[in-house]
Amino acid sequence: MQDFSYVSAKTVPEAVALLDENGEKARILAGGTDLIVNIREGRRDVGLVVDVKSIPEVNVLNYDANTGLTLGAAVECYKTYAVDAICDAYPGLIDATKIIGGTAIQGRAGVGGNLCNASPAADCIPPLIVLNATCVIAGPNGERELPVEQFCTAPGQTALEKGEMLVSLKIPAPASNSSSFYLRFIPRNEMDIAVVGAGASVTLDAAKQTIVSARIALAAVAPTPLFAEDASASLAGREVSDAAIDDAARAAQAIARPISDMRGTAEQRTHLVGVLTRRALNGAIQRVRDAA
Amino acid sequence: MARKSHVQTTINGETVEFLCESRQSLLEVLRDELYLTGAKEGCNNGNCGACSVILDGRLVNSCLVLGVETEGKSVETIEGLAEPDKLHPIQDAFLENAALQCGICTPGFIMSAKALLDSNPNPTEHEIRYWLAGNLCRCTGYDKIVKAVMDAAKEASA
Repeated sequence: MQDFSYVSAKTVPEAVALLDENGEKARILAGGTDLIVNIREGRRDVGLVVDVKSIPEVNVLNYDANTGLTLGAAVECYKTYAVDAICDAYPGLIDATKIIGGTAIQGRAGVGGNLCNASPAADCIPPLIVLNATCVIAGPNGERELPVEQFCTAPGQTALEKGEMLVSLKIPAPASNSSSFYLRFIPRNEMDIAVVGAGASVTLDAAKQTIVSARIALAAVAPTPLFAEDASASLAGREVSDAAIDDAARAAQAIARPISDMRGTAEQRTHLVGVLTRRALNGAIQRVRDAA
Repeated sequence: MARKSHVQTTINGETVEFLCESRQSLLEVLRDELYLTGAKEGCNNGNCGACSVILDGRLVNSCLVLGVETEGKSVETIEGLAEPDKLHPIQDAFLENAALQCGICTPGFIMSAKALLDSNPNPTEHEIRYWLAGNLCRCTGYDKIVKAVMDAAKEASA
């Protein structure tokens, strides 16, 4: 493996200074499940690895029913599903953190790293989009926030500028009568990468019959995970029905621009967007109705 | 020659100090610096689980951890399981159930099973199969491994 220096940063300013000084040659290490493989296989030219796991802000995992969730960028997947209140509030996110890799991967990999790796097929990103997550980014010029759907810019590329790092994700508290759902298609039962992934969140009226608002997001059908804006908007104000859900699924299919590769053809992926969008919406609606 | 860092960590309950390069994985440190060759290198990219160890109570792939990251941490490896004259119950269950053939995946499976039973002493077969999904075995077909873990759990709660 390529030789590199290693620093375990203790504060956000220390990490930012190192990233700013070293530019493209510096990479952040959190769970390492992508980074270490990428360095080993020569896909990244890295001179400095900045381990951020000793920085308090990136390890925060705090849920408050009024203000929502603060999820530090290095919090491992397994910690998200160990907290019942988080599982209840954001089931769509937990659907994803439970299926990324196997047990050993979930012991190291986190939602923040999954986002920063910026894979088009990243399982955590559609749930973050449908849950209205905001990225808290620290850099040489201070802190800024960015809606998560604007974070990935191309495969492996993010909106992070030189010297910037993702500190945490903020997810608003769920509205009443709302829930979320994520699923992916893979040809196996587990331990695979999404052929297509779809996430949905819905808020229903008090009678749980009419959709007040919805958000849909897709993975592995474009260079970045997609927020299906028109499909989401089409559901607002409509009664829960197969027709409404079919309309949204068609609108989601319309924005998918998949490629054909070893995991599936473009045609199959476009078909799957329809199937998975319907299932994600129905799944989220069912969760709202099942809740007391 | 790359610069080496001094690292102090706890391995199987004993304080251990070693020198390693930043680019050396925990797996390489265990095998090449500390001569603990129980953890195996299979795929070296986090798919096969042959290098599974327990780091601060959590199952990890040691090929995806840098040696320098273990400063001040606690590592459990397959070498720490048996007592001098007595195998660990999970090891006994693997032998009893013939849950290994070539054996290269076995240390990883046993560490993974230990991490499972440490956190969930009475798992269902379904839970065992999902928990062990990150450990690959090309000989047994998995059934005997799953039965061994179920037996070990039964034995521990008996």
